[in-house]
Amino acid sequence: MQKKSSPRWKRFFVRARGDSPFKRLLIHLALILACVIAVYPILRVFAISLRPGDRLLSTSLAIIPPDATLDNYREVLFGNPELKRPSDFFLWIWNSLTISLTTALIGVALASTAAYAFSRFKFPGRGVGLVFLLTTQFIPAAMLLLPLYIMLIRLRLINTYLGLIIAYSVGSVPFSIWLLKGYYDTIPPDLEEAAMIDGASRMGAFFRVVLPLSTPALAIAFLFNFMGSWSEYIVARVVLQNAKLYTWPLGIWTYAGQFTVAWGKFAAASILIAIPVMALFLYSSKWLISGLTLGGVKG
Amino acid sequence: MISLTPEIMLNTVAQIGKFVLLIAFIILGTEAILYLVLNRWLHSPRALAYMLLAPAFLGVLFLILYPFAFDIYLAFTNMSMKTAQNPSFGLRYGIRNFVNVFTSTVAHEASFWEVLLRTILWTAINVFFHVTGGMALALLLNRPMRLRGLYRTLLVFPWAIPTVIAAMALRNEFDYRYGMFNLILRNLGLSPLPWKQDPFWAFVSVVLSNIWLGIPFMMVIILGGLQSISQEFYEAAEIDGASNWQRFRHITLPLLRPVLTPAVILGTVWTFNRLEVIWLITGGGPQEKTDILVSSMYKAAFQFYRYGFAAAFALVIFAFLLIFAIVYIRVSGGLKGVYE
Repeated sequence: MQKKSSPRWKRFFVRARGDSPFKRLLIHLALILACVIAVYPILRVFAISLRPGDRLLSTSLAIIPPDATLDNYREVLFGNPELKRPSDFFLWIWNSLTISLTTALIGVALASTAAYAFSRFKFPGRGVGLVFLLTTQFIPAAMLLLPLYIMLIRLRLINTYLGLIIAYSVGSVPFSIWLLKGYYDTIPPDLEEAAMIDGASRMGAFFRVVLPLSTPALAIAFLFNFMGSWSEYIVARVVLQNAKLYTWPLGIWTYAGQFTVAWGKFAAASILIAIPVMALFLYSSKWLISGLTLGGVKG
Repeated sequence: MISLTPEIMLNTVAQIGKFVLLIAFIILGTEAILYLVLNRWLHSPRALAYMLLAPAFLGVLFLILYPFAFDIYLAFTNMSMKTAQNPSFGLRYGIRNFVNVFTSTVAHEASFWEVLLRTILWTAINVFFHVTGGMALALLLNRPMRLRGLYRTLLVFPWAIPTVIAAMALRNEFDYRYGMFNLILRNLGLSPLPWKQDPFWAFVSVVLSNIWLGIPFMMVIILGGLQSISQEFYEAAEIDGASNWQRFRHITLPLLRPVLTPAVILGTVWTFNRLEVIWLITGGGPQEKTDILVSSMYKAAFQFYRYGFAAAFALVIFAFLLIFAIVYIRVSGGLKGVYE
């Protein structure tokens, strides 16, 4: 379709199947426009993070302001020494990390064996259990939040890490079971039977054969649960009212809530958090999607 | 303003450690009892299955079944901020709560029917644009061309960025004087819009934000579906002289259905429940004119402390979702494998 002698710019347009150069140009233009719409609002957060304190209320639409400065980042990371105000950024990250990691761990640990039972055994209550697990995917977290909130108050778990971990596990445990069951179903039972003929017990076969083979699914479930609780705001806002325990979404809201004063600090903190999260997401999105369809589509 | 000290870190680790140990202890105890009762005493052939299920069952019991039952109990009490310590339980309170859901205001100003209508609009508009926008971008991307990977990565950005950050940033971008949207309108020579003050434009602002946030998910799902369609179908259609539209209508759409149906249904449920975006961008305002059912319920519970009422309201919302779930299960045949 293309000759080697054609100039570079021409080959740029001549690659695809039968489309005319004009059509290809239009397609590129449409995609570029869509990319600008997708990325510009995020770039603007970056732009605002670079503005010096006295120019936060600018009416400029440029991405890199002429007098760009890293002051906002410095203040978010190291606090403000003039006002003797330490930074609480690392405290928020620490709180978020402990809560999300524990939630993800509990979800995967509780689900790994239960999903195996659903995948391999027949027992009374199996059908009801699976329908129940599927139904929980339709229940919004907010729906059970009120009874959980009152339960947590009575158990004196409001304003603790544990309270929030419990509230997050409401969604993560059934979801992990559903996802892992879908994956176990794809592992042929012959493998365990072979192990059992070689003298392994049923549990031995599960721990030595099935679990190691399921590492990718366990990782997906862990990642899903982690991401779900890592940037959660609505539930955290109800369960945690003590600033010492704030997770980062609650923390940056203390900046974003007061529009004029701390918009630059909000933007800087957001960029610091968003970059690793987005990198992790883009890197793992392929598995996340396969995990979604695995759990959601198959029976 | 508190900085992170080793002391705080140690304290956290100790708390979490105790909690995990407690859970492990409870699970081990349950397993031991189950082993003795089922295996040694009853010699049940299903002992292992129940032992495998026990930890998750305990979790679900404590995390979902008990709270759900407790919600039903709350719906039949007059519990509020004042009566939080000793609420009265009774059928008449329950009836009053449920009647109130449909006849009085759901949070403070808006009525149930108004919010229900808005929720349906919100869900329908969002899902429609998610699917058409995602479909359009996926069709554009589904061809060999330069920069394809770059486009795809950039287009996924709104999904990749944490929703909280995007929503908080957009909240400020709808500011009348300094927000991005009015600046762009001014630069185009148009008059700025009252995004925060006018109910209609406030609704437009949350819908626009959520459309922006939701398109990448549909795009990625549809692109995956498109790539699994064999090129041969299109070649055959080309030989038969099918137009572009005919090819899309009679090849692409039917073959996308297995991917599209669950994605649309999941998207519908997620949008229906998506109070985060509304809460952070408009807070449901002005005058609760941008609230959806779930955000009204959240307000009733945690802003106005109408606990008994909010519990009843939650059950009504749950009934809607349950009907939808049953339809979903019927349509997708998602349970075919369950009873086999």
